[in-house]
Amino acid sequence: MGVDQYHEPPAELPAETRTFARLSASLTEEAEAIGWYEQRVAIEPDAEARAIMRDAQGEEFKHFCMDLEFLLRKTPVWRDIARGILFQEGDIVEHGEAAEASAGGGERDATESGPDGSLNGSGSLGIGSLKERIA
Amino acid sequence: MNHLLRSLAPITDASWSVLDREATDHLLPALGARRLIDFSGPHGWHHSATNLGRTTALDTHPMAGVAIVQRRVLPLLELRAAFRVARAELADLERGAVDVSLLDLDGAARRIALAENTAIFAGFEPAGIVGIAQASPHAPIPLGIECARYPAQAAKAAETLLRAGIAGPYGIALSPAIYTSVVETTEHGGYPVFEHLGHILGGPILRVPGVEGAVVLSLRGEDFLFDSGQDLSVGYERCDESHVHCYLEESFSFRVATPEAALVLPATNA
Repeated sequence: MGVDQYHEPPAELPAETRTFARLSASLTEEAEAIGWYEQRVAIEPDAEARAIMRDAQGEEFKHFCMDLEFLLRKTPVWRDIARGILFQEGDIVEHGEAAEASAGGGERDATESGPDGSLNGSGSLGIGSLKERIA
Repeated sequence: MNHLLRSLAPITDASWSVLDREATDHLLPALGARRLIDFSGPHGWHHSATNLGRTTALDTHPMAGVAIVQRRVLPLLELRAAFRVARAELADLERGAVDVSLLDLDGAARRIALAENTAIFAGFEPAGIVGIAQASPHAPIPLGIECARYPAQAAKAAETLLRAGIAGPYGIALSPAIYTSVVETTEHGGYPVFEHLGHILGGPILRVPGVEGAVVLSLRGEDFLFDSGQDLSVGYERCDESHVHCYLEESFSFRVATPEAALVLPATNA
């Protein structure tokens, strides 16, 4: 306990990477808690108890979002990809492929293909936005 | 399987990968306009229209005592460029051939990219799309024939935009012929025009097939809005004894939110 969140020897990791790992672990825990509350509420017959657990789950939503925002601010490529996927209507897989490609992280294995033979399973070439960010 | 019907084609996964990569390789350098505008989506094939946030009043209707307005939307365009691949070439591809002929695919990629660029800059009136060059309210600044003077013209354009309250950085879209001139020309003293333009504008200098002359525009964002339904994709149509018939397809709409954020520099003969 205490160092379980590290995959590599903590002493060899830079401080910012340790912080990143702590928040990643926290994000995971919040997601687990959200799932647990969802299950508890689903089977709890007492309405007042359900209301309390819904309220508690709302706290976890907030914690999860704060953890995620912190991690995204520390990881510009992740943030760029998230921007192309989150709060968008339509095909999530298409958004994901387009966001990955436009974030410059779209290197793909030539042997990977979807069920239709396309690189992402949707048939899209995943080109998306080509506008470069200019400082 | 979706409407592209790729899994019905007599094309293996490995060959689809080659076709997709060939298409992407030819589309990326040709999609110049997409490097200068804000891209939203892709929202999927089912996405049919862009919300304009506006309404049209319906004054004559039989429902007394009720005001009725109708929402206005901009319907998406569907663009499709057909191509075919020889079945013999696909068979050779499976054998490991690296020089298969995909010229028809290359041509389709250029055509659909040209159509997208043209819709963005010149508009497409039958579909209600107003292009960036059409929308600009600023007096055009003729480019003239002397390429070495283009940086001065671009500086005037940037100054005009700035005076209109449009912040930079600015980019410039050039017709292929003008782009070639810019790349090849140096000013008096040997300074490349290309480099000088970049310093003045602060943004990219792009070869955009479909643009007439040049267009300087702001890259600050939220001025030029591309709404993608289905992004560029390769689909399957049919096959015959000798060829597999496919197509490149996309759906989109385009709007200019801030007409004054661009200025046209038309090509001139004098």
